Amino acid sequence: MLKKNWWKILSLLLLIYTVIAGYLNKVPDLPIIHQSIRNLYFHVCMWFAMMILFIISFVYSIKYLRGFNLRKDIFASNFAAVGTFFGILGYSTGAIWANYTWITDQSQSLGSVLKEPKLIGAAISLLIYGAYFVLRGSFTDMDKRARISAVYNIFAFALLFPSIWIIPRLVGSLHPGAPGSDSGNPALNAQNDLDLGMRLVFYPAVIGWTLLGVWIATLKIRLQLFKDKTLINA
Amino acid sequence: MHKIVRSLWLVVFGLLCSSILFAQGTNTEADVMRSNGKIYVVVAVCLTILIGLFIYVFLLDRKICRLEKGKD
Repeated sequence: MLKKNWWKILSLLLLIYTVIAGYLNKVPDLPIIHQSIRNLYFHVCMWFAMMILFIISFVYSIKYLRGFNLRKDIFASNFAAVGTFFGILGYSTGAIWANYTWITDQSQSLGSVLKEPKLIGAAISLLIYGAYFVLRGSFTDMDKRARISAVYNIFAFALLFPSIWIIPRLVGSLHPGAPGSDSGNPALNAQNDLDLGMRLVFYPAVIGWTLLGVWIATLKIRLQLFKDKTLINA
Repeated sequence: MHKIVRSLWLVVFGLLCSSILFAQGTNTEADVMRSNGKIYVVVAVCLTILIGLFIYVFLLDRKICRLEKGKD
């Protein structure tokens, strides 16, 4: 049992480490954000976990199309579901963070600040994945649903590239990573802000959160496989 | 099997040791939980939530395990 489940324990231990070290380690004192840079271990990790889960989902969709095995379709849809959930968590934590760091003038509203290419791109990609589940729900025939949603999932994954990786790098934004903010990456300013101490927490945190997402996804998959057992074996 | 667990513990222990080095600050009050602007209270709360969540997921995992075994 332990041989198969060691990564679940690793996930727990890494996240315990993330919380303890994430709150207590020294962080560089940056203007405006100050201590809130610690959100890096939580907010950014949500997006990393989302991307990794979407990549897994994408791979299973391709695998489904290669052999039309319905098990692969269940894997793909559940990984996409947990990935979307992590995306929503990342989006809402980002909104909270932006509320306290991006609004510099008291007369500014959060709505005016949130009109950001990075956020709109993220929202679009989440909505595209939302449409994936709408599409799945609209079929009554299992094979047709699996086939069409697998093709759509590949399209949705392809749209992640422009909407969250390319466009935010091209246009000005308050979010780190825009051309004006002299940083190379839309998620974190690796050159200046992320010192060694932060890396030591950030990378374990990414692994820990991702493993937790994978664990939840496998639970959903096992439940679904159990429910559909008679259908798949027939 | 035991080797894996032992090495996992070693990794996390090492990581935690390094964080203790970083966390050394000036404690004005004697009580650990009340020092450093009571940040340790936040750590305790978040750890409780995290461990609670993991226990929940673990129990769910075990439940599904039993379901799978029961019907095979």
